[in-house]
Amino acid sequence: MKPAPFAYLRPTTLEEALAALAGEQGAKVLAGGQSLVPLLSMRLAAPSMLVDVNGLPDLDHVHCDPSGVRIGALARHAHVLGSVEAAEVQPLLALALSHVAHPTIRNRGTTVGSIVHADAAAEMPMVLRLLEGSVDVMSVRGRRTIPAAELFAGPLESTLAHDELAVEAFFPALPAGAGVAFQEIARRHGDYALVGVAALVETDGDEVTRARVGFVSVSDVPVVVDVTHALDAPATAALAELDPAEDIHATAAYRAHLVSVLTPRVVAAATDHARSRAREVSPA
Amino acid sequence: MTSEKLHDVRLHVNGSVHEVRVPARRLLSDALRHDCGLTGTHVGCEHGVCGACTILVDGAPVRSCLMFAVSAVDAEITTVEGLTEADGSLSPVQQAFSDCHGLQCGFCTPGFLTTITAGLRDNPDPSEDEAREMIAGNLCRCTGYQNIVKSVLRASQIQGGTKGEMQGEIQEERG
Ligand SMILES: Cc1cc2nc3c(=O)[nH]c(=O)nc-3n(C[C@H](O)[C@H](O)[C@H](O)COP(=O)(O)OP(=O)(O)OC[C@H]3O[C@@H](n4cnc5c(N)ncnc54)[C@H](O)[C@@H]3O)c2cc1C
Ligand code: FES
Ligand code: FES
Repeated sequence: MKPAPFAYLRPTTLEEALAALAGEQGAKVLAGGQSLVPLLSMRLAAPSMLVDVNGLPDLDHVHCDPSGVRIGALARHAHVLGSVEAAEVQPLLALALSHVAHPTIRNRGTTVGSIVHADAAAEMPMVLRLLEGSVDVMSVRGRRTIPAAELFAGPLESTLAHDELAVEAFFPALPAGAGVAFQEIARRHGDYALVGVAALVETDGDEVTRARVGFVSVSDVPVVVDVTHALDAPATAALAELDPAEDIHATAAYRAHLVSVLTPRVVAAATDHARSRAREVSPA
Repeated sequence: MTSEKLHDVRLHVNGSVHEVRVPARRLLSDALRHDCGLTGTHVGCEHGVCGACTILVDGAPVRSCLMFAVSAVDAEITTVEGLTEADGSLSPVQQAFSDCHGLQCGFCTPGFLTTITAGLRDNPDPSEDEAREMIAGNLCRCTGYQNIVKSVLRASQIQGGTKGEMQGEIQEERG
């Protein structure tokens, strides 16, 4: 299976890239190609033009500061996963990225591309949503910030306009006294999850003040459920808000089962993580 | 039908330069096989799943079926043909596959060889679990993976790693 013909442009400046996207209604951005090229080969997409952003300068950064981690559009998954600093500022990044595909795919696929691609079976869109991060996009009209809560519109659909280029994703730092955990079940490590679950638990040192859980491969958009008031039965609270999907990989009932097993586990693990971090900060 | 625009692309493969004229949609895997005549790179699924087409781009393993030839202009590419030593002898990973029966039909082999070559550079002395993790993104329909895992450990041993030494079976095969 081969892609249909398209015009190809490899701009070397941001201005050139944005002008091309603005000038061609059917243009699409080509980043790592790890999701787009299969779609083209299977002819599930047939853009009139590809704007290959791999030649743009200064977009491959992973910047860390106390507020969080800023990831540029050309930073590969492998680069983000390899950043010790990023893992310290926001440990959920590395926890989740180690489940994103196989190392060979991570050498090419970009974290920003994965987010914009908005696959509910992908880890990073859910992580961005759970951490309440955001994506900065640029077009000929200027720059704007889209909060994660407004980013995911439907299956493989984000709220970017056709001429907008995502330049950076922002993942907030893990606050003091907070903890995270991630687990997923896949048929083979590195494959898309049948169900993946992440938790972000905040404490005041002892008591849990806020607990949220995010789900991968359960619905057709990344979903996050607040379980702060259901800490003794977080899975029941989650399932009340979820409507697990059925596909060739798993029945809805099996997905619901995985949710009920994984949710209490990650909430407990994130709570332990939060308490151990709280102890590190203020030794009793 | 109007003819499709062609791009002149200079590919750097295994230390040589290949000037090719291709449409933008030419997959790098096809450019290597058809335009450069380097048929060692195999094509299985063409959507990134099987790993048969894995090559090294600037030293890192990537799927050549998920890149376009036009995107590879600035890259240093190594295919399975480029793994042999300068004197024509087998590389440690190739030798290990031969020693340990790491291949049967050989279809998946080029992808394993490139993946493992890069994997052992990053982790020269893998444990058996790490060896399994190293090859987890490549599919083989013949071998059941046991001998491929052995080959990883054997290659590490040939290159001077130590953990392979602890594998009795491999020791025996070395004779
Ligand atoms: C075998 C295989 C297994 C995989 N398994 C997983 C997995 O388990 N979990 C997972 O999360 N992912 C998985 N992936 C996908 C991988 O993570 C991709 O890297 C990711 O989905 C897309 O990133 P990319 O840079 O390759 O984007 P591309 O494929 O280049 O683009 C994807 C889409 O996003 C758009 N886009 C990309 N970048 C931008 C930008 N900066 N601005 C605007 N639009 C943009 C493109 O136009 C396109 O529509 C897998 C892929 C393969 C081939
Ligand atoms: S042919 Fe490229 S991964 Fe299967
Ligand atoms: S040796 Fe036949 S597919 Fe691997």
